[in-house]
Amino acid sequence: MDSYINSPESHHASAEHTHDEEGNKMFGFIVFLLSESVIFLSFFAGYAIYKTTTPNWLPAGVSGLEIKDPTINTIILVASSFVIYLAERALQRHDLVKFRLFLLTTMAMGTYFLVGQAIEWNGLDFGFTTGVFGGTFYLLTGFHGLHVFTGILLQSIILVRSFIPGNYETGHFGVNATSLFWHFVDVIWIILFILIYVWQ
Amino acid sequence: MTNVPIEGMLLPNEKPNHESPGNWKEYFSFSTDHKVIGIQYLVTSFFFFLVGGIFAMVMRGELMTPESDLVDRTVYNGMFTMHGTVMLFLWTFPSLVGFANYLVPLMIGARDMAFPRLNAVAFWMVPVVGIIMMGSFFIPGGPAQAGWWSYPPVSLQNPTGNLINGQVLWLLAVAISGVSSIMGAVNFVTTIVKMRAPGMGFFRMPLFVWAVFSAQIIQLFGLPALTAGAVMLLLDLTVGTAFFDPAKGGNPVMFEHYFWFYSHPAVYVIILPIFGIFSEIFPVYSRKPLFGYKVVAVSSILIAIVSGIVWVHHMYVSGTPGWMRLIFMLTTMFVSVPTGIKVFAWVATIWGGKLRLNTPMLFALGGLIMFVFAGITGIMLSSVPVDVHVNNTYFVVGHFHYVLYGTVTMGLYAAIYHWFPKMTGRMYSESWGKIHFWLAFIGTNLNFLPMHPLGLQGMLRRVASYAPEYQFWNVIASLGGFLLGISTLPFIFNMVISWMQGEKAPDNPWRAIGLEWMVSSPPPVENFEEIPIIISEPYGYGKSEPLTANLSNHNPD
Repeated sequence: MDSYINSPESHHASAEHTHDEEGNKMFGFIVFLLSESVIFLSFFAGYAIYKTTTPNWLPAGVSGLEIKDPTINTIILVASSFVIYLAERALQRHDLVKFRLFLLTTMAMGTYFLVGQAIEWNGLDFGFTTGVFGGTFYLLTGFHGLHVFTGILLQSIILVRSFIPGNYETGHFGVNATSLFWHFVDVIWIILFILIYVWQ
Repeated sequence: MTNVPIEGMLLPNEKPNHESPGNWKEYFSFSTDHKVIGIQYLVTSFFFFLVGGIFAMVMRGELMTPESDLVDRTVYNGMFTMHGTVMLFLWTFPSLVGFANYLVPLMIGARDMAFPRLNAVAFWMVPVVGIIMMGSFFIPGGPAQAGWWSYPPVSLQNPTGNLINGQVLWLLAVAISGVSSIMGAVNFVTTIVKMRAPGMGFFRMPLFVWAVFSAQIIQLFGLPALTAGAVMLLLDLTVGTAFFDPAKGGNPVMFEHYFWFYSHPAVYVIILPIFGIFSEIFPVYSRKPLFGYKVVAVSSILIAIVSGIVWVHHMYVSGTPGWMRLIFMLTTMFVSVPTGIKVFAWVATIWGGKLRLNTPMLFALGGLIMFVFAGITGIMLSSVPVDVHVNNTYFVVGHFHYVLYGTVTMGLYAAIYHWFPKMTGRMYSESWGKIHFWLAFIGTNLNFLPMHPLGLQGMLRRVASYAPEYQFWNVIASLGGFLLGISTLPFIFNMVISWMQGEKAPDNPWRAIGLEWMVSSPPPVENFEEIPIIISEPYGYGKSEPLTANLSNHNPD
């Protein structure tokens, strides 16, 4: 384990920093998410360029995407960001029962989103290999769906860990990171929704 | 002096483990010590450098005569693809990460990287990348043959019809290498931002740390674009999507955008740490403070930012409209401003200095000279009319080899010699080092200078056979290439013998000021017995009191 030892001039203000491991982890995670967002931005930019430059953008027989169900899905996912925030708040108050309850609700909402997307995919008239439109649509929604799935996985890990006595009394990095990840996944979805469903 | 315990620190009577990794077996184990990982990176990447070098020797052998008579054309295509890929992804990137790993925590007064386990995992992905790439030689159809940039539709061809082919393995290897680099970048940025010793503000960081910081920021924001493109190409190849396949309505030029959005800045990921190495070496061997420290530091960040808006200069002939070519020509030319600042600062540092021409200084000076040459041809290439004329010819090959061998590899050699006593606790042999330098310097120029007239005359790159009138310069280039190959022998001999039985090195053989020289050679496991307090800017050579840090273990009271 790394550790800092105060040097002779420890009275000096600048000498008084500790090795803040939790802070490092959170900083590292934010840096990672920034990098991750560039992957999404690359896909978004690609989608926009393809959409504006590809002749016969929509495959034959496809007139566009149904927007009603994805809108409901979007509302559920965005709302779940508030619920996980409530979970975080509950943990800060050491209210483990509410923490678990809000977390479970978030997971249920995330699962609803994924199932909704699976149903949507199932009803579509085009596939992954149907031209550039099919490819970009499934790539974007699929890659995002993978992130939603990862988020639910992280939530189930912190849920299980909350049953280990004393676990969350020392630090909340896992909880904060999971929550941040979930907000990230949400923001990405909003951009994606506008790009694919609103801008048709 | 009294130690006041603070949260998370060792108790005053508990000494951290201060033994050096003396056992060679540690270098083959899953270590989380940044210094062991650094040396693991360096040795592994040097192995792949030799592999990539052997590919180059075969190619230069083939190009001794105009006919394609030494190897099969398929083998030749695989060779140039793998040579480029190995040299970039398995030599220059990992070797510089090796130095960064070894030096950054020492230079900023930290005990280790922020995430030591992540660091080790990132390293162990490198041999995996190597195995997957080299493994492609043993599967039907052989390795990828579309060049290191893997442009579709050429890279989409799959004559064997197998799902697992050389190109798929290539993309997988590149993707894993990307994941490893992102892990490394998160680690470096966190370490540099969060773990600097007390008193070390950003403008007291050594320039190598500045360079690594800038380079890793490029990795963080550029690499995802390549990953996106690679994933899409992989899907086109395996699942049959239509992103880049013109036959299915896709757009192959889109891949070029994804590829170059990262791969041009990637040049700076490699060259910035070399600039950092130059900035560390010139002051030491000139006994002068670095000229314009702050400007040089800021110029690294400026290069990192500008690097993100120049990529289209690789695509002047890909149907890019004229107005866009003009914009990218200007931004590309602008890179020469922060770069020029650095060159000016180094020359001003050396100017009037008390030069010691030891091997590291010779390599750094050689690298600087060749970088200036590469910079001139680089400005020529940024200009649209010149680029259109010499596009895809040996002129381009000559230019980037002056960057990648002349500057980067020479800079790496300078770094290896400079920090060898610190890393091993032994001195290298100066005379063997100088033999190595002169062979490498002459070899580089003999090899890569003739490529410029060849390119101007119109000889295309990536060809196994050529018109007879190109033979003269090709023979010279090949002889230079073989000389370069030979030059690695005295180097390997010197390194191995010196590490085993070289003269014992003092802690600070060059009388340098950096923090890394204030600990023993090799440094103890947790680097510093007590975290130093930084009390001045780096590079105070020749100043009356060039104190960089206050290390209590060097200042017993």
